[in-house]
Amino acid sequence: MRALLFALLFLALPAVAVEPEEILDDPALEARARAISKDLRCLVCQNQSIDDSNAELARDLRVLVRERLVAGDSDQQVVEFVVARYGDFVLLNPPVKPHTWLLWFGPVIILILAASGVALYVGRRARPIGIEAEPLTAEERARINAVLRDKDKP
Amino acid sequence: MQARIVLYALPLAGFIALAVWLAMGLGMDPRNVPSALIDKPAPDFTLPGLDGAGEGFGTADLRAPANEDVVVVNVFASWCIPCRAEHPYLMRWAEDGVTIYGINYRDKPDDARNWLAQLGNPYKRIGVDANARVSIDWGVYGVPETFIVDRSGHIRFKQVGPITTPDLARAFREKIAAARQ
Repeated sequence: MRALLFALLFLALPAVAVEPEEILDDPALEARARAISKDLRCLVCQNQSIDDSNAELARDLRVLVRERLVAGDSDQQVVEFVVARYGDFVLLNPPVKPHTWLLWFGPVIILILAASGVALYVGRRARPIGIEAEPLTAEERARINAVLRDKDKP
Repeated sequence: MQARIVLYALPLAGFIALAVWLAMGLGMDPRNVPSALIDKPAPDFTLPGLDGAGEGFGTADLRAPANEDVVVVNVFASWCIPCRAEHPYLMRWAEDGVTIYGINYRDKPDDARNWLAQLGNPYKRIGVDANARVSIDWGVYGVPETFIVDRSGHIRFKQVGPITTPDLARAFREKIAAARQ
């Protein structure tokens, strides 16, 4: 019984904001609408997609997306329609454009700079120092031998 | 030796610069999303008027010959508390001769009429946007929002959120003056 109840937990569906009356009759169109909605930011709640958000504006935009799809727009055209009104900020996935290059490539550039800095530093340290040790003079050798001899004595 | 110190200080300087830049970003208001419509023509629309408060409002009102001045388009609703705080400024500007149009966002006509009767009507014309569709064309994502439209019907500036302090009002009046030039 307990196992059954536990198993029931896994049947729970994630809560989505899409209301029953918004859903399109055509499952293919509805699937496209859901996919588009997941990538569009709700500007009221900002870190939710319009698919997740219960805000009125999100609902308006969901309905709008579906209307455009029913009217025969491609996915691309629907997204462009919304971007034309709300700007790139409405896209949860920022597009690669000259003014987002820093965002997309900045981390890689910093990594390359840091890695080459480390490589330079480590490489320089590992290089053998170009000084040959001078051979010991006869006098020094005699002193070392004397010290070692003393140490060996009990 | 000196060159080496400079070399070692370089990453630190880079980090400090990045940290300062990001810290400045923290101070920015994420709610203030730049409008995609700046310097673009105002969207095509016609909205019905509020019964008993004059005719509707549409694109034609923003262009010559109906319009020959820089105008302000204010999106408002009677249920919007910040709009109430902003309203006295709109009244003052209207007295000063600034042409203000209103888009009544998702409101009940009765409530909107009460609002105007109670607080005064600064608007030359009001368009009723019951389903918020035209407001979406204007890129509105919250009320109030206030646009400046120049003589050629191009959107020149958008204020997100209410104008509730003399500083904000002065800044907005400066934007109007700039759009007039």
